[in-house]
Amino acid sequence: MNQTGFPILSLITFLPLLGVAYLAMLRGEALAVASRARIGALVTSLAVLAIGIYLWTAFDPSQAGFQFVEALPWLSGLDVQYRMGVDGISLFLILLTAFLTPIAILSSWPITKRVRELMMAFLLLETMTIGMFSALDFVVFYIFFEAVLLPMYLVIGVWGGERRIYAAVKFFIFTLAGSLFMLLALIWLWHNAGTTDIVTLLHTPIAPAAQMWLFAAFLASFGVKAAVWPLHTWLPDAYGEAPIPGTIMLAAVLSKMGAYGFLRFAVPMLPQAATAAEPLMFTLGVVAVIYISFVALAQTDMKRMIAYSSVAHMGIIIIGIFTFTVEGIEGALFQMLSHGLVIAGLFVCTGVLLSRGEALTLSRLGGLAAKMPAYAALLMLFSLANVGLPGTSGFVGEILVIVGAMKVNFWVSLLGAAGMVLGAAYMLVLLRAVLFGKARPELGSLADLNPGEYAMLLPLAAMVLWLGIYPGSFTHMFDASVNAMVQAHIAALTPHTALAMVTK
Amino acid sequence: MLTLIAVFAPLIGAVLAGVARPFIGKQASIGASILFMAVSAVAGVASLVTFVQGGVPVAPLHIVSWISVGSFSPGWTLRQDALSLVMVAMVSTVSMLIHVYSAGYMAHDKTVPRFFAYLSLFTFAMLMLVTANNLLQLYFGWEGVGLVSYLLIGYWYERPSANAAAIKAFIVNRVGDLSFAVGIALTYFVFKTISFDGIFAAVAAHAGDQYMLLGTSFPALEVVCILLFIGAMGKSAQIFLHTWLADAMEGPTPVSALIHAATMVAAGVFLIARISPLLNAAPVAMDFVTIIGATTALFAGTVGCLQNDIKRIIAYSTCSQLGYMFLAAGLGAYPVAMFHLINHAFFKALLFLAAGSVIHAMSDEQDIRLMGGLARKLPITWLVMLVGALALAGIPPFAGYYSKDAILDAAFGANTAVGMYGWVCGVITAGLTAFYISRLFLLTFHGSSRAPKHVQEHVHESPLAMLAPLVLLAIGALSSGFLLKNSFIGDGFASFWGSSIAVPANGVMNALAHPTAVAEFSPLVASVSGIFVAIIFYILVPSLPAALSQNLGGLYRFVLNKWYFDELYDAVFVKPALRLAKFAWHFGDEQVLDGVPNGLATLTTDASLQTVKLQTGSIALYAFIMLIGLLAFVSLFLWVR
Repeated sequence: MNQTGFPILSLITFLPLLGVAYLAMLRGEALAVASRARIGALVTSLAVLAIGIYLWTAFDPSQAGFQFVEALPWLSGLDVQYRMGVDGISLFLILLTAFLTPIAILSSWPITKRVRELMMAFLLLETMTIGMFSALDFVVFYIFFEAVLLPMYLVIGVWGGERRIYAAVKFFIFTLAGSLFMLLALIWLWHNAGTTDIVTLLHTPIAPAAQMWLFAAFLASFGVKAAVWPLHTWLPDAYGEAPIPGTIMLAAVLSKMGAYGFLRFAVPMLPQAATAAEPLMFTLGVVAVIYISFVALAQTDMKRMIAYSSVAHMGIIIIGIFTFTVEGIEGALFQMLSHGLVIAGLFVCTGVLLSRGEALTLSRLGGLAAKMPAYAALLMLFSLANVGLPGTSGFVGEILVIVGAMKVNFWVSLLGAAGMVLGAAYMLVLLRAVLFGKARPELGSLADLNPGEYAMLLPLAAMVLWLGIYPGSFTHMFDASVNAMVQAHIAALTPHTALAMVTK
Repeated sequence: MLTLIAVFAPLIGAVLAGVARPFIGKQASIGASILFMAVSAVAGVASLVTFVQGGVPVAPLHIVSWISVGSFSPGWTLRQDALSLVMVAMVSTVSMLIHVYSAGYMAHDKTVPRFFAYLSLFTFAMLMLVTANNLLQLYFGWEGVGLVSYLLIGYWYERPSANAAAIKAFIVNRVGDLSFAVGIALTYFVFKTISFDGIFAAVAAHAGDQYMLLGTSFPALEVVCILLFIGAMGKSAQIFLHTWLADAMEGPTPVSALIHAATMVAAGVFLIARISPLLNAAPVAMDFVTIIGATTALFAGTVGCLQNDIKRIIAYSTCSQLGYMFLAAGLGAYPVAMFHLINHAFFKALLFLAAGSVIHAMSDEQDIRLMGGLARKLPITWLVMLVGALALAGIPPFAGYYSKDAILDAAFGANTAVGMYGWVCGVITAGLTAFYISRLFLLTFHGSSRAPKHVQEHVHESPLAMLAPLVLLAIGALSSGFLLKNSFIGDGFASFWGSSIAVPANGVMNALAHPTAVAEFSPLVASVSGIFVAIIFYILVPSLPAALSQNLGGLYRFVLNKWYFDELYDAVFVKPALRLAKFAWHFGDEQVLDGVPNGLATLTTDASLQTVKLQTGSIALYAFIMLIGLLAFVSLFLWVR
């Protein structure tokens, strides 16, 4: 049952804070502090990863419900508790966070400005993100969800590029405005059920008329976070201006918060509204895939092109979730993991060029395959995973979503899959611009990958292949939860058949 | 077990050549790639021989499960029926010969191990494709070969034309693959499984299923088959999706021989043969296959007559010959299509490699107008090219004769309007084929040399590493026709193919045994005439072609410009897409969608000016503001409650 007394979720959530405390206490000469801060942050995040892996091994995949549940009384008069727990849906998002934080920290090695504060921001971010994914109380969730904003805002605003203030403010306003709607929804739900316990909320029926308003509120907040078209315009600026480690965390982890919100709240709590909104969500998803792919094709900057590709993939995830089929939802979940790994790999590759003092304007790159063959091979791998080549992680999620969508609508399936062609167009244009063609003389002699860069890219590459060749290790873990969720959804829509199934 | 070795040995070779090169050195990595390819070829042929001698179907070899979600559960499994094993033996053997040839051909290249890694990786993907036991694994191999094709077309990545051709190949293929993927999804929707055995067992049960599309109801199996066939059209460069194949000749010549002639492009035909039990239940889709195949055969045949690049002529010829295979497959004569596929693999690989030998001798010149008179200087190349040309032209007793003849017999014997269309196209194409390959042969090897002086002086016969595979392939092109005829399409065909191919009951295979005189001799007459016309044009009256092209100006330009497909696609798809992309970005994203929030942002300019100051100041203030915000929220909370 994993209901042992040991609060492992609290440990994995708050361990990074311990690291923050350590960093805050560092004293001495600036350079020494910087290097000790980096090491300290890295060690902390690796420890978190180790706990995460333990969590994976201890997780019982045969159970659909929440595991490792903790509950502490808090604001008891208001029936708000500090509750934590994971199920198959949140488990891998926690692991993804734990896996990518060390990589983001490694990728920040070339940054020399206020290193200690940067490291603290990342550890803080890790605490907030993991806490958000493991929260089992809506208030706790909300606090973590909002708190993620703080370190991220600082990372963009302090360590970002030339237009960092504009990007940071835009990011802040968009997400904050969105989450205000969620707050309203939260208050309504609290009022309705008398508790903020997520498990109770999941089983509290809500009048269909009210569901529509609540869904609209969730759409506003989670849609912004997941950068659902047309709420995505903050994203290219934020991704483009954030420093590489910030972009990695934004694209790989934070964008999943929105999709997670849909899976955890919008769909299971509001079955009628979610079903009613299905055509809308499909439209938004398809538009994201097609329209954003075109926009990506027009980009002239490597980082922005990858940023737009990220939005296009979020469209696939949205389509998958709203098919309400096991295939589609598992496809969406798998795509969330895969996208996190692949987009992180692509941004690390971008960072490799930045750290060699190169600009990211596509027309000024070229011919790197000859100078940096190992780099070329890895960039090629991540790009191919991004266009969903079978054998890489990108394919599994995409085909599952296509298959799931086919059960609902032929055209959604076809148009959603059109990303295969359009994605290939812009990614191959990117590869040609960066890797192929004649090497430009002004690029000088660029060194191939160094050990630190291998340490970031090889684990990512290994994971991309693992997810692509043997996805069973992962889908196996969320099978039960997703099945239960789909069953519950069907039952909520057709109470009679549900009764029949129970009595049988 | 032999199949397992045959499939995975090339992967080991690819890894050794690609990843281990810095540790084991250049020569060792090339050697490893060739060695493992040889192991694969031996195992591949041995598994076929064991199968033929044993005569019992071998169970599929399950390695490990792949995806398992809901009932969508394709595994990694090697299928070992006649169809798969024939393909394994052919692919591994041809690939091995081409590996050896490449050792000679690519000797002067700077990054040869990379080349060998790609070749071996390609072979692995192709073998995974042909041994697939479900649609998704087939799709894995399908995309895998497409990827390596992309990498190899763009192998000389410093050339802009090679990069453009590589991207074009990948994207045009992906259009087909999109249809294929959606076809897989629809198959799963209809059959609740994508394993071949599961699908085939349930065909009868779903024969009457209808599927609503665009407000009309279609038979579900027709929709599935057409979607899958569009995928095959992309890979096999059939008309409308053919534009990438000629450009793919930017890749090194051994690549053209292996990927763009013998193996990968035939994958579409293989797919159609593989899903034959399903296709038989979809008569409209079958007619569609035949019409597309026949049209492509004719179209590519005409274009081949006017090309001047030695490799592009052969490329169009490939396109045309694949059309023949689809023509046969659509009629239900799958064994005949497979027979032509195997014969074609031998003689087309031979033609490409012989062309490579010519190009090698001519210091990388590819224009046949600048060749001529090479017969005396390259005797062995001349001889093997002659064998290949006669096989392609369909002259007995060379391989192409048997299979092309059988295809046309089947078309004539089908006794349907579609079959007759196929027969007419096929016979005309037989004449065109003989003409263009004779033109190539005569302009290259006979007459007087039109090459510049310094090139002429350098002409030399190729090294042994290149000649040996040529001779072996020539023996194949000479003998595969009459050696395989009986097993593949003769009396023994039913027992040879077993359950791996389902021939429809309409008796199209019976028509082969008793062809009518018209059907029997028309193609041969057409071929011989084609050869004679070529001899008249290029040996006896060399002024004739120029005069003809003057008089037939419109038609000449139409064919010379390859029926204007590239121009059309450029105008309809490529340019509008790029314009749309810029428009979407600058107008849609930057002005419309961003306009609203930017308007809001100007309202908060003061706030952001504040932020600029704050940014240089204290971080604590940010946190403080956040905290105030949070407190405000919580108060709101409590107040509402």
